[in-house]
Amino acid sequence: MLIRVPRASEVRSREITDEELYLRRREFLRQSAAGAGALAGGLLLPGLGGAVEGAPAAGEAPGAVFPLSPFSTDEETTRYEHATTYNNFYEFGTDKEDPSRNAHRMRTRPWAVEVAGEVRRPGTLDLEDLLAPHAVEERIYRLRCVEAWSMVIPWLGIPLKDVLERLEPTPHARYVAFRTLHDPKQMPGQRRPILRWPYREGLRLDEAMHPLTLLATGMYGRDLPNQNGAPLRLVVPWKYGFKSIKSIVRIELTRRRPDTSWNISAPREYGFYSNVNPEVSHPRWSQRRERRIGDFFKRPTLMFNGYAEEVGSLYAGMDLARNY
Amino acid sequence: MDRKRWIHAALVAVFALPAAALGVRLIAGSLGANPIEELTHETGEWALRLMLASLAVTPARQWLGWSRLAPYRRTLGLLAFGYACAHMLVYFAVDLFFDWRAILEAIVERPYVTAGFTAFACLVPLAVTSTRRWMRRLGRRWNTLHRLVYVAAVAAAVHFLWLVKADLREPLVYAAILAALLAARPLYRLRRSRL
Repeated sequence: MLIRVPRASEVRSREITDEELYLRRREFLRQSAAGAGALAGGLLLPGLGGAVEGAPAAGEAPGAVFPLSPFSTDEETTRYEHATTYNNFYEFGTDKEDPSRNAHRMRTRPWAVEVAGEVRRPGTLDLEDLLAPHAVEERIYRLRCVEAWSMVIPWLGIPLKDVLERLEPTPHARYVAFRTLHDPKQMPGQRRPILRWPYREGLRLDEAMHPLTLLATGMYGRDLPNQNGAPLRLVVPWKYGFKSIKSIVRIELTRRRPDTSWNISAPREYGFYSNVNPEVSHPRWSQRRERRIGDFFKRPTLMFNGYAEEVGSLYAGMDLARNY
Repeated sequence: MDRKRWIHAALVAVFALPAAALGVRLIAGSLGANPIEELTHETGEWALRLMLASLAVTPARQWLGWSRLAPYRRTLGLLAFGYACAHMLVYFAVDLFFDWRAILEAIVERPYVTAGFTAFACLVPLAVTSTRRWMRRLGRRWNTLHRLVYVAAVAAAVHFLWLVKADLREPLVYAAILAALLAARPLYRLRRSRL
């Protein structure tokens, strides 16, 4: 019988790091750091507990793992390459490939977000400070464009609700209005009045407070690419994509319904609500079917983009053909 | 005679290139995130471009004296029809998957589809009667019938204008070229009658 004596330098099999754990080492480090930070913060600076946690740093490792929200769909996600080269972001041009070609001009750090209107804590916050107290989670949502195509995107973000609650809306607040950065130097598309710049969008407060409504900071496990609305965008999965405003610099709580860019541009075609609804056609094309990017043939469009169970009650008793 | 034939063949070969390129990109999977949309847009745009090219032949002859272009008007028109057929096929077969109710509904209810379909419907009899035999058989009526190309071109330009969401620049360029090509005709007659 041959007895093999391992040399001292030899790595024993039980010491080899599991590949999966190895691949997740950054997450492990981050969590450790976050834990230590929270602990230290909690001990030394009670007001800043967990400040390090969740704020995605620039150059975040691709494929980092975040807790997956139960709101996620298990449908196959759209190829990253498609989700980042087929975009509507008119600030960078009106062709689908324009944003991926031109958006590198936008500077996303530092980034300030102005909070205004009917809130107890108005002011201008640095993006990191706005996000710091919240934990980032992953949410795989369907995205349905008003142009009858769709994708499935794994977003990283925080529920808008959590942020709004921290800003403390006054009892007068009924709507939330958002604005995109306005800087024709960085956004060449804004040199021509294709839409009312800065791009503006809005939600009813109960829509904004709905647990599905997300403030996204990343996708596919990494920071948002500029063409997808870096560094901060809205994601409202039951509404047509243009409601999910990109590169947000202003959040205002209002008493009255805010104007929105597409509604100003063509009020008959793009309503304030713009909920995905296969029964209500765009005046120029049907919304009954959609092409999932990556598919050859079209598929039926679902009411509220498949989120009817979650959000249907928001619109109980409303005539959705009139409130389109 | 031989030279003319050669030029015809060259013309067809050159304008078949965009179609060939689309075919290659389709097979290679390099038509982007939405290949069907890309096919639809490209075939439609080439149909419009070639229609404008065929409509440019007469003004070029009248205003610039380029009479030697005359024989290529039909070739350009038929090439336009070829792209229009591909355009329709992609839309009906892939986009609507031969769902006749959806197709009929689109034609009746969506003005931009109505305009596009009108343009195509006008081109069909023109393509059919483009042969010399049909020219002889129809005599003077052939000229009257082929004025349908004006309807087709205007409908195609309107189709493009009506389908874009907000940025009208590109369809407006085509519409402006078409307007100039159409205006060149009566202007030429007016000038000649004054001389």
